[in-house]
Order: sequence, then C-alpha cells, then structure tokens
Amino acid sequence: MPGDGIRAFKEEYLRMRMKWFAALFMVLALFVAACAEEDEPTDAGGDNGAEETDNSDFLACQVTDTGGVDDRSFNQTAYKGLEDAEDEFGIEIQVLESQNPNDFEPNIQSLIQQDCDIIVTVGFLLGDATAAAAEANPDKLFAIVDFDFFDADAGEDISFDNVKELTFATDEAAFLAGYVAAGTTETGKLGTYGGINIPTVTIFMDGFQAGMEHFNSENGGDVVLEGWDSANPEGGLFTGDFENQDNGRQVTETLLGEDVDIVMPVAGPVGLGSAAAVQDAGEGSLVWVDTDGCVSVEEFCDLFLTSVMKNMDVAVFTAVEEALNDEFEGGLYTGTLENEGVGIAPFHEFEDTVSDDIKTQVEELRQQIIDGEVTVGQG
Amino acid sequence: MKTETPPAEPQEIEPPRPRSRSIAVEALLIPLLALFSALVVGGIVMIFTDPEVARAWASVGRNPGNAISMSWDLVSSAYGALFEGAFGNPTALSETLLASTPLILAGLSVALAFRAGLFNIGAEGQIIGGMLTSSWVAFTLDLPLVIHLPIALIAGFLGGAFWGSIAGFLKARTGAHEVITTIMLNFIALNLLTFFLKTPIYQRPGRTDPLSKEVAESARLPSFGDYRVNWGIVLALLTAFVVWYLLFRTTIGFRFRAVGANPKAAAYAGMSVAGTYILAMALAGGLSGLAGTANLLGVVYSMSPGFLGYGFDAIALALLGRTHPLGVVLAALLFGALRAGALQMQGTAGVGTDIIVVIQALIIMFVAAPALVREIYRIRARSAIETDAITKSWAS
Repeated sequence: MPGDGIRAFKEEYLRMRMKWFAALFMVLALFVAACAEEDEPTDAGGDNGAEETDNSDFLACQVTDTGGVDDRSFNQTAYKGLEDAEDEFGIEIQVLESQNPNDFEPNIQSLIQQDCDIIVTVGFLLGDATAAAAEANPDKLFAIVDFDFFDADAGEDISFDNVKELTFATDEAAFLAGYVAAGTTETGKLGTYGGINIPTVTIFMDGFQAGMEHFNSENGGDVVLEGWDSANPEGGLFTGDFENQDNGRQVTETLLGEDVDIVMPVAGPVGLGSAAAVQDAGEGSLVWVDTDGCVSVEEFCDLFLTSVMKNMDVAVFTAVEEALNDEFEGGLYTGTLENEGVGIAPFHEFEDTVSDDIKTQVEELRQQIIDGEVTVGQG
Repeated sequence: MKTETPPAEPQEIEPPRPRSRSIAVEALLIPLLALFSALVVGGIVMIFTDPEVARAWASVGRNPGNAISMSWDLVSSAYGALFEGAFGNPTALSETLLASTPLILAGLSVALAFRAGLFNIGAEGQIIGGMLTSSWVAFTLDLPLVIHLPIALIAGFLGGAFWGSIAGFLKARTGAHEVITTIMLNFIALNLLTFFLKTPIYQRPGRTDPLSKEVAESARLPSFGDYRVNWGIVLALLTAFVVWYLLFRTTIGFRFRAVGANPKAAAYAGMSVAGTYILAMALAGGLSGLAGTANLLGVVYSMSPGFLGYGFDAIALALLGRTHPLGVVLAALLFGALRAGALQMQGTAGVGTDIIVVIQALIIMFVAAPALVREIYRIRARSAIETDAITKSWAS
C-alpha cells in the first residue's frame, strides 16, 4: 500500500526532524557562546573614559539614510564618530536607521522627543527633513554629513545657527592619491569607477584625475585614466548602486583586462568586489576610499596602495565635542588637508613599492595644496 | 496541477471533525497563526542577536534565571514598543495608516494581476513610472488644489499603467514571461529615475544631488490635522473597493478571472486573452503608480534615487491577502503596523528594524507553507482552496 509507505516515511521524518532541531539548537547555543565570549573584553574597555567627568546625561544621536548603520560607507563612518565620542567622553549614543525616505521625519522627531543633545543626520537624502526639524526646533543642535543647505526658491546658499553642515574637500586627498598612483603604476594606466554619478562620488574621481595629470605635467609622464574624465562627466563608469559587489567585480575585471593596474572604486561596499577581482587576478592594486582600507577591510590590506580618507568620523566627533562643551556653532564646515578632515592613508604593505621620491613629492604637494600653491580643481 | 487526495487513501480513515470551520475563519486562522509563529521565532532571533542577552545564555549553567529574565525583558519591551508604536496612541495609528497606504495600493496591483494569471514582480518599477509622471505634473503646473491634485493622481495612475502595459504587451504579443520582463523593467525604471533626477526637468535647481523639485502645495494630499496620515489612506481604501467591484461585479473582472483560471478555456469562450493580459497589466501598473504617487504627494514631496521597497512587499501582501482586495487591505494594515511599530521599537527598545524584515519574511514563509502551520498547531486541512492562489500562478 502506498499510504503505509507515506505514513512510515512521515513518522521517520518526524523523528529525524526532532533530532535535527536538537542538533541545530546545540550548534546555535555553542555558536552564541563562542561569539559572546569573544565580545566580553571589548566591553570592559568601554567604561574607562567615563570615570573622569560624568557625561552620561549627554545624548548624541544619529539618523542614518536608507543605507543603514553598517553600510561600510558614510553612515557607518559617521556612527564611528559617535562611538569614539562615547569612548572618549562617556556620553550616551543612540542611532536610528531608516528603511525608506518616509522614515526620516519620524526618526528625527523620535530623537527630538528623546531629548538628544545633538542629532547627526547623514547624506543629502535627509537634507529636507533636517532643515524642517532644525527650523521647527531652534534650541536643538544638528549636524548633517555631506550636505550643504541651499534654498532652491531663492537661489542662494543658506545655513542655520543650530545646524553644522559637514562637507569635505575630498578632491584634495584624492589628488594626492592620484599622484601616488601615477607615480607607481607599471602599465601607465589607472582606473576608477563609481557607484552612482553624484557629486560626493565624482569629487573623488575629479581629484584622482587631477593628481594624475599633475604628475604627468611635473614628470613628463603619459599615465592615463580609464573610467572617468572630468571633461565628460556623463561618460564615467558607474555600477548603478552602492550594494552589488558582483558589478564591482565585473567592472574591475574589465579594467584589469584593459591593462589597468591600479583601480580606485568609489562605491562603498561595491569596492569589495574589486578587491576580490584583484585578488583572483593576482596582480594590480587598489586605492580604497572613505576610510583607511587597511583598518576597515583588513583582510584585503595587501591590495591597498593607499586610501583616500574622508574623515567623517573625526568631523562628527568634533561636532559632538563642541556641543558637549557648549562651543557649537552652526554653518558650513569643510574638511580639508589642512584641518585633516581629509587625507591619504599610510602605504602599509606598499611601503617599499612606492619610491622615496614619490613619498617626498607627495609631502611637498600636500603642503603646496594647503598653502594654495597648487589647486586641485580642473585647469 | 491540483493534488487532490484520492478517497481511498488511508489518511482519510479518521472521521472528519464535528466542528466545521467556515472558509473565512480558515482564511484568517492560518495568517494569524503565521503571525504568532513569526513573532515567536522573531523573539528567538532577537534573543540570540542581542550581545548582552546572548552572553547571559552563554553562561546559562551558572545563572539560568538571569538569562531567562533578560530574554523576557528584551522581547517583551521590544514587542511592547512595537505595539505601542503601531496602535498605542493617535500618532501611532496615524503612522500605521500612513505606512499602509502605499502597501494597500501596491498589494492590490499584484493581487489584480494574480487574478488574471499574471505574476507582477514589477510593482516597484511601476511605482517609479507613476511617480515620474505625477511629480512632473505636481511641480510644473500651477492650479488650484481641487484640479491640481486629481490631475496629479491621474497622471500617476497613467504613468504606472504605461509602465505596466509594456510587460502586458510583451506577454500578449511575444509570449515573453511577465516575471522576467517586469523584473527587468524595474531596473530600467530605476535607472531612468536616476537619469531624470540629473536632468533640469526634475532636478532641484541649485543642487547637484539627484533630488527632485518639491511638489507644489496645491498637489499635496491634505493630511488630517497635525498627523502625517493624509487623504491617501481614503484613496487607497476606495481603490480597494473599486478593485473588488471590478473583479467580482463586472464582466471585465470576470474576464480577468476566467483568463487567470484557464486561458485556453477563456479563449475558447471567445475572450481575448492577449487583450486581457495587456489590460490587466495596465491596471495593475496603474495601481502601483498610484501607490508611488500617494506616497509622493502625501509624505515625501520629492523623489530621490532608489527603490522604495513597497513593490516587493506587495508580492507578499497579495499572497497573504489571498489575492482578495479585502485580504490585501488587512495584510497591508498588518505590514503597515509592523513598519510603524518598528521605528518605535528601534527608538525605545533598541532593537533594529531589521528584525521586522525577519518577522515579515517569516509570516510569508508560514503563510506560503500552510502545511507547516497545520503541522505545528495540529489543524486538519479543510480543503485545497487556500493553496490555489499561490500555486496556480507558478504552474502557468
């Protein structure tokens, strides 16, 4: 009878299932135990800073854009600024993630109701919501990362006394990276690509290109850049989002196939696809962006020539510190080489590959940019 | 293919239960049990992903009471906040209705297409299609509210309808499967949006970010008092009624259902299958377009790049609501409540919104596998009805 077979199978299946559940549960428990024990020491370190002065009634808050707090990009870096402030001053921090643009307003409202002493919002998506909240709550302090307010109707730049706009002259740092890359390439070809064609991405590429061109004109080189041309911004190479690592991998494989040996991905986690591609190819190197790649993605450290650092964490940390010490001032802050809001990371594994000449020239260049003797813009 | 058990099978030996449940009760029971199961599993996930509680469990041998009480505190505070944020006060209710509005409309879109035997994965693209047209109307024209708002809404419907009908046309003319074409059209729409946001037609003057102009005051859906909830929810509920009427009280709806049930028989009966596909996809697209438009004109007032995510939830909602407009409305209210509650949960209980995505996914999983829920709660299968809506579209 087929039915008996089915019933027998079902009973056997139920028995098996119980065993599987039990086994699964034990594995899970062990896993959790292992994770939890690893966590323990880090937690103990966190309490030290608080002993000197008690700032535990100071609450610094953040609203992320739709990328979430673990986006390996600006949301995460901004949050690191809060975490650093928590460790340093013993303040309390709180972060709210947004699933889509509808969430921005209620998240900011929720933080206002929780009496946050400063509210950090991240990215241009939050621009409108931040402006509205700042206007409605003049006694609350805000800081917005990567955004400069502009009144479209009046056609003029605006600012609020209670909002600090944290922007970055990323091209200054990218300029240095472009110079180093041009001075290090063996094939004479550099490559870059972005996530989406927006100003905060292309500013990296502009600077990178300008740095390379500066190298060419100083040293009579003919290094070229694939994937971006400031003169033709619509023709740039973009993967279309800040998520899909496969795209990053494909684009990088194409670039490597065209004899490019140094690639700068400006696409957050998409760049990890580049790292995988370069690792598989066994040749070439990368310029990481936003953070020191050797810190944020250690496992690929041996691939990173250097990183163009946009120190959003430092800027956020400073904004929190100012709010804490009643020194907060609204308006525009621009991170530059001079105030170390931007910079390039150490060469790490490439310390011996980059020639001493280049190293000294980059140091000189840094000073020249700060002094205004070299401009990083086009021309 | 239906798998009906032959009467001679030994499983049927047990006598049927004396108490018989109506189909409506059954239709509610499984989703409710699915919700309950999902909350339980979600609670377990919460416990094991919270570092402190997980640590308490790691040393459970030493202090079992501590681990249990910490877990209870975590889960009860999280779900307490979830409930509070969804229903606890007028603001919470407003947020729930607000979040439900686009979900209802997008869910109806997928449900309507389902009825015509089409699996519309393209709600997300149709939402963008609708927003592109409605926003243009909303920020370009200068008209009084009573004219401007309806025109903007109609424009949104038409934009979505156009985008949806492309897939319908391809299906009707070439037989291209709508699952493939609608998915692809999503990405085409996304990239079109990104492109348009950089053109002077849409981009906000003076800005280099891909952010659209703000829609005019006269094209905004008025909100109720100081709350964020607006006339969009009324629009959505009315639309649900219209869709119900269309599907079950008109010949067009009958044609949709006939083609959905068996295209060959429908064709034999003299119905135009190709025409039905195009019309169904156009209407479905229009509903999605309206979803995007209601959100645009009611909440955010400007467009930014990226999917809103409603189109993907919509597929789940159509399944959860058994492709019935009323079911979709209830399912959308549930998801809206989860979304609204999630923000509160994140804010006061410190549990990330991701857990809500887990819970939503679990609900879908339990609903899509009713046999699993029956097995857990020892409910006997009543009939094959409930699996129909879900399985049929795959078999086509």
